[in-house]
Amino acid sequence: MRRLQLVPYNTALNFMGFRFITFAIAAVVTLASLTGLLTKGLNYGVDFRGGFILEVRMPQSPDVPQLREKLSALGLGEVVLQEFGDARDLIIKVERQEGDDHAQENAVDRIKGTLGAGVDYRKIETVGPKVGSELVQNGLKAVAFALMAMLVYIAIRFEWQFALCAILALAHDCIAILGLFSLFPFEFNETAIIAILITAGYSINDTIVIFDRIRENIQKYKKLSMGELINKSLNETLSRTTLTATTTLLALLALYFFGGKVISTFSLPIIIGIIIGSFSSICLAAPLLSYLNLKRGEEVKE
Amino acid sequence: MLVIPRWKLWTILGICFFGMVFAMPNLLSPERLQTMPSWLKNTVNLGLELRGGSYLQLEVDLKEVAKEYLSNLLDETRLNLRKQQIGYTNLVVESKGTASPSLTFLLRNPDDAEQATKVLRAIDSGLTVSVENAKVTAILSEQMLEHRNRSIIEQSIEVVRRRVDESGTKEPIIQRQGADRIVVQLPGIEDPAEVKKLIGRTAKMTFRLVDSATPPVVGAPGSMPYKSAPLGTEYLEEVSHEGQVRYLAVKKQVMVSGESLIDAQATFSHTGQPAVSLKFNSVGARKFADMSAQNIKKQFAIVLDDKIISAPVFQDIIPDGNGQISGHFTVKEANELSLLLRAGALPAPLKVIEERTVGPSLGADSIHDGKIGTVVAFILVSIFMFLCYGTFGFFADIALIFNLILLFAGLSLLQATLTLPGIAGIALTIGMAVDANVLIYERIKEEIRAGIRPLAAVDAGYKRAVTTIIDSNLTTLIGAAVLFEFGTGPIRGFAVTLALGILISLFTALSLTRLIIVLWARRQKVLALPL
Repeated sequence: MRRLQLVPYNTALNFMGFRFITFAIAAVVTLASLTGLLTKGLNYGVDFRGGFILEVRMPQSPDVPQLREKLSALGLGEVVLQEFGDARDLIIKVERQEGDDHAQENAVDRIKGTLGAGVDYRKIETVGPKVGSELVQNGLKAVAFALMAMLVYIAIRFEWQFALCAILALAHDCIAILGLFSLFPFEFNETAIIAILITAGYSINDTIVIFDRIRENIQKYKKLSMGELINKSLNETLSRTTLTATTTLLALLALYFFGGKVISTFSLPIIIGIIIGSFSSICLAAPLLSYLNLKRGEEVKE
Repeated sequence: MLVIPRWKLWTILGICFFGMVFAMPNLLSPERLQTMPSWLKNTVNLGLELRGGSYLQLEVDLKEVAKEYLSNLLDETRLNLRKQQIGYTNLVVESKGTASPSLTFLLRNPDDAEQATKVLRAIDSGLTVSVENAKVTAILSEQMLEHRNRSIIEQSIEVVRRRVDESGTKEPIIQRQGADRIVVQLPGIEDPAEVKKLIGRTAKMTFRLVDSATPPVVGAPGSMPYKSAPLGTEYLEEVSHEGQVRYLAVKKQVMVSGESLIDAQATFSHTGQPAVSLKFNSVGARKFADMSAQNIKKQFAIVLDDKIISAPVFQDIIPDGNGQISGHFTVKEANELSLLLRAGALPAPLKVIEERTVGPSLGADSIHDGKIGTVVAFILVSIFMFLCYGTFGFFADIALIFNLILLFAGLSLLQATLTLPGIAGIALTIGMAVDANVLIYERIKEEIRAGIRPLAAVDAGYKRAVTTIIDSNLTTLIGAAVLFEFGTGPIRGFAVTLALGILISLFTALSLTRLIIVLWARRQKVLALPL
């Protein structure tokens, strides 16, 4: 039986050769993301801003524009009405009402009254503004600490140059993902933080596998120039890199298409994140190493 | 290569066997599960968003308690300052912004500073006193505040637990979160309004005398009387079911407080009205007997959270510590009141700051879709691995199955909560779990291309891949540990799933597939590897 081979085993792609193109791509992505973050900011969900969300299943497909008008007439401030999957499913988002718990309850009751009878309330969330900002802060803090711990490990197990390149690649990934959440209509909530984490985790995994090979080859091929060495290592690990990316993407695509609405909105940013992460470990982290004066075998002996 | 020590073989098989045993309860129906021995009853704990229910995050108003504590010191401070003949003005409790509340006053003569400090310390040794430009400021000391806050939170959790338990909610989870939060999870509850109503009330009960010399004031609900009450008394609203309310002047001094209650039950009065019967402990009973003896034919007030729920007259001495409140209750209100009194008063007001309710249909849909997504992910990855590596790919697939089994066994044993991102995490594990096998197989291929004999190639492949596998997985594991330490809620849950997934995939890739390959190679007596 013929085996499936994604990448021929003796590739000799010149990654170092087109590093300027990939660096340029990374620079554009980073700049665009930063611009988006600075001008538009993040598209915070109700979890973060405070307010409430109702996820409802109507008895029959509603007339959305008419319903939107009716709900806006309640005077509850900005009311967002989203169709969600099925024509009968709706998400209603309302900003936090001034006043205490009763004001929130009151608003929910008025919405319920407007929607009428026979509605299945699948989910109701009310969040205070304080909780929201804490969620972002704590989440991002946890992510930052986790990334730092990983980098310390790399610096210990490898050399500081590897850790530095990994930081740059990771920073690129995180900024790009945040940019994705800023420039595209993805809501930034607690699951978004997990999406960033998965991307960062995958990317660093990928980077380490490649770095491991570079470290091994440094000992093995002492005469090779740094550029050639990185190229060789990338080509040797290329079939693993693509295979693992494929299996991971297959699993995520299965979730995206079959995992239900909530999980699919969660898996899309991760799918993009895995692609970004693979790109950064092959086209950023490894080529960047050539600019740092890595210790070669000969030098150690001298 | 072909030799695997017997103990290793049995350990690997043993882990797989126990994995299957501990994962198995998840496949059983709830009825069947009931008949299992207790050590086999653990299943994966589904998060509220998957099984439906309500989640409440409450904030304990610690500042309010500190303020109240200081306010109670006002009278004594006033008295002692006068006794020491220290001139002062503006004695108040300040509580502005985020700063902790403070008791302050201005000295008429700045030279009294030292003595004023002494007076305050004598009243309460837990006060930290500072003087600046004749302004004396006393706040609760750091240690005292910390100590008090801790016990307030613990006590609040206890009271909330009793209230929720008494309301008949099954399997509630009540936990402390952060410095001043309590999380309440109520599986199966679709409308938390009732529970919120129960939790939100402080339920501080006091028995106080009514000042009969001051006539009651009648007004609309919520409008406080315009005239101020005589010294030592305050106007409190009397709860009734008519359009108007009465405000009675009630003595500030508390005769008996709810703390001496030992039981409260909903009952009916002799006139057939819903009522609440009370039972006091011995100290409370004695105080109640004294109070009734000295005030016969006088009116007293039963005050709950600054509202008079009943203002009866002492007809007789109440000697045995049994009493009855018959206010204007409905049966439901009588039940609720007795429940609140039984559970005790909250030491601090609670505020709901986050509330999530998931209906059962959404949870069931999510589980259903999540299962399908995971199964499809598994099938796709399995087929892909087989297409790429043939028989060896099939071995990786067996390892993948055990990966999932062990993951479920681990989640069940740890009683970790599975949430929606958790399901995504499991599917992702499927994709990433084969990574170690891919690394090993690619290495073996490289060795074969370099002209090394098959079995030696397998051996070398494993050896060489191990460093990479350990490096990459340990990094992620460190990340997961840090996330668990600093993360909250879903992030923490995700960290547990992630860490478990990594450890298990290390085991399956390094031990299980290796064992399978060895057993297979022994039988085949192969010369060529089907890679």
